Amino acid sequence: MTVLRRLAPRLLDAWAGVALLYLFTPIFVIVAFSFNDTGRFNLIWQGFSLDAWKQWTDSEPLTDALTLSIKVAAVSTLAATVLGSLIALALVRHRFTGSGVTNLLLVLPLTTPEVVLGSSLLSLFIDLGVSRGFWTIVVAHTLFCVSYVAVTVKARIRGFDWTLEDAAMDLGAAPLRTFRLVTFPLILPGIVAAALLSFALSIDDFIITFFNSGNEQTFPLYIYAQQRRGLGPEVNVVATLVLVVSFGLSIASVVVQRLRARPA
Amino acid sequence: MPDERHAGAMSDDVIQLERVVKRFGAFVAVENADFAIERGEFFSLLGPSGCGKTTTLRMIAGFEQPSAGRVLLDGVDVSNVPPHKRNVNTVFQQYALFPHMTVFDNIAFGPRSAKVPKAEIDRRVGEILEVVRLGEFWRRSPSQLSGGQQQRVALARALVNYPSALLLDEPLGALDLKLRQALQIELKRIQREVGITFVYVTHDQEEALTMSDRIAVMNKGRVEQIATPRDIYDNPATLFVAGFIGAANLLGGTVVRADGHGGSIALSAGPTVEAVLEPSLALKSGDTVTVMVRPDRIRLAGPALGDAQAPRIAGRVETLVFHGPLLRVDIRTASGSIVSAHLGTDVAIADLRPGDDAALTWDPTHSVVIPDYKADPVSGIGATEGIEST
Ligand SMILES: Nc1ncnc2c1ncn2[C@@H]1O[C@H](COP(=O)(O)OP(=O)(O)OP(=O)(O)O)[C@@H](O)[C@H]1O
Ligand SMILES: [Mg+2]
Repeated sequence: MTVLRRLAPRLLDAWAGVALLYLFTPIFVIVAFSFNDTGRFNLIWQGFSLDAWKQWTDSEPLTDALTLSIKVAAVSTLAATVLGSLIALALVRHRFTGSGVTNLLLVLPLTTPEVVLGSSLLSLFIDLGVSRGFWTIVVAHTLFCVSYVAVTVKARIRGFDWTLEDAAMDLGAAPLRTFRLVTFPLILPGIVAAALLSFALSIDDFIITFFNSGNEQTFPLYIYAQQRRGLGPEVNVVATLVLVVSFGLSIASVVVQRLRARPA
Repeated sequence: MPDERHAGAMSDDVIQLERVVKRFGAFVAVENADFAIERGEFFSLLGPSGCGKTTTLRMIAGFEQPSAGRVLLDGVDVSNVPPHKRNVNTVFQQYALFPHMTVFDNIAFGPRSAKVPKAEIDRRVGEILEVVRLGEFWRRSPSQLSGGQQQRVALARALVNYPSALLLDEPLGALDLKLRQALQIELKRIQREVGITFVYVTHDQEEALTMSDRIAVMNKGRVEQIATPRDIYDNPATLFVAGFIGAANLLGGTVVRADGHGGSIALSAGPTVEAVLEPSLALKSGDTVTVMVRPDRIRLAGPALGDAQAPRIAGRVETLVFHGPLLRVDIRTASGSIVSAHLGTDVAIADLRPGDDAALTWDPTHSVVIPDYKADPVSGIGATEGIEST
């Protein structure tokens, strides 16, 4: 009994270690293979090299795809964050006719299979005679990102103490000033979290983009097109960069929140 | 003091409610509130949970619009003026301090919204921090303060705006008893010091009695009585007020004689007693009434009959409870009702034992006659007879 009790935490630790290993192995492989000394086929370890890191910007299609992805993500994140946050605020703050339906419709893009979403958007664009390209990608990404933002922000502001708004108005602040000085700063962490999620989802999306991109090629589409001809280590370099940036952002957000909690 | 205030023909009312009604759907939260609060007054809204105190306060603050009637601040109709344009400030029940601002920024919020110059803000905030004795805490964030300190910040944040009136919604509700009592005294001190009108919501009758200049007792959306604490205690206007504030013997009876100011009432607990009948009550022979007598006005009656005018109720001692400063005696009369007396501890223990025969008496002027048409049919107070103790 006592042996088991002493052993149990160790077992648990070991198990957690295995789980983490399972989670991180692919990431580790991606990072490692960005240093592979290889040409087009980056499948077998050939030896250490920094070549890919030095030359990854040389591939113009790759950098173009990456730039496009970042542009799309930036625009659609901005649009989705503003729209989604306002929807979330309205839904949490007020009960209005149709708020129940709005709540339901909001999760629809999250549960609809991407293939359905992507193809129906495509037929809509064709029906409207809109030629596919940058803006159709942005519209498509904004569409599903709005849902994610609204749901995330809603969850975050559910616990918001609305008497703080009453207090601000009671102290003479007009509604806009109340929002700027009290509501917004307090729900900002939730909005930032939603924006980061939205950005990541946009960068990552393949299926919906595939239907609505026309001749444009985002980063995931580029990788998909390339992998038949063999993917070089420069793709791993980009993947590693993305990893580092998102890791840095998470750390930054934690640090910011810690600093805030500390005395001024 | 109260006489002085009422004497002047020129009333100086900060807040006036004129036949104010608040409905939420079909539910009436506040019914015909019609009263005025004078400048510098400590005015309490007292009543049980759900009686409409907060709703009344929120209508004064501007968070709710009356369904009917008018709210006047400094003589101006503000019924449709939003909260940020009203010169009253609120201390919220859970303080509602801005968690992302320091104590200083919290307090400076109001003056900054009013575009007060910076130097003036610094001066005012410093001054008010002294009043609430939080001088050294200005750099802290609210989460680093105790409940009592947060309470003072909330108070300072409101007072710094020099409002016409300060509205406080159970400001001490979240604190433990000792701190509560300390802050009650503190609040009174601050109110005297700044001389601002306080409208104070509480469901704690003792708090209302000790702090207020006047109390409005509310029940189910209605204001049942507005009077000084002493008056509320001595002359409750309704059975609800009698039962809600302090302990009360509520003895049912029937008027057998009524003339001008006085009359006699046959108590169902036994005797017929003489009592003062307010002419305004328009009581006549045969009306059913309740006679309220505070237990602390009741004495043991000696064996001699004594004053023939004085009421006398005989019975058997049912319980004896020693409370320290007082001795509570309950006697059960032949008709089965319980009458309770709070006796001084000068009564020797040997004089009374449970089961003894005893008689109680009181000064007839201490009987308060409440007609049954003022009974509260819903709460049941008044329907049953006996002691109401809070
Ligand atoms: N926005 C609202 N919608 C519907 N009913 C409400 C609303 N606000 C208050 N009420 C109802 O009005 C009544 C009075 O509420 P109020 O908050 O004024 O009571 P209170 O006297 O402050 O009680 P407590 O001592 O519990 O704070 C309650 O029955 C409450 O349920
Ligand atoms: Mg309340």
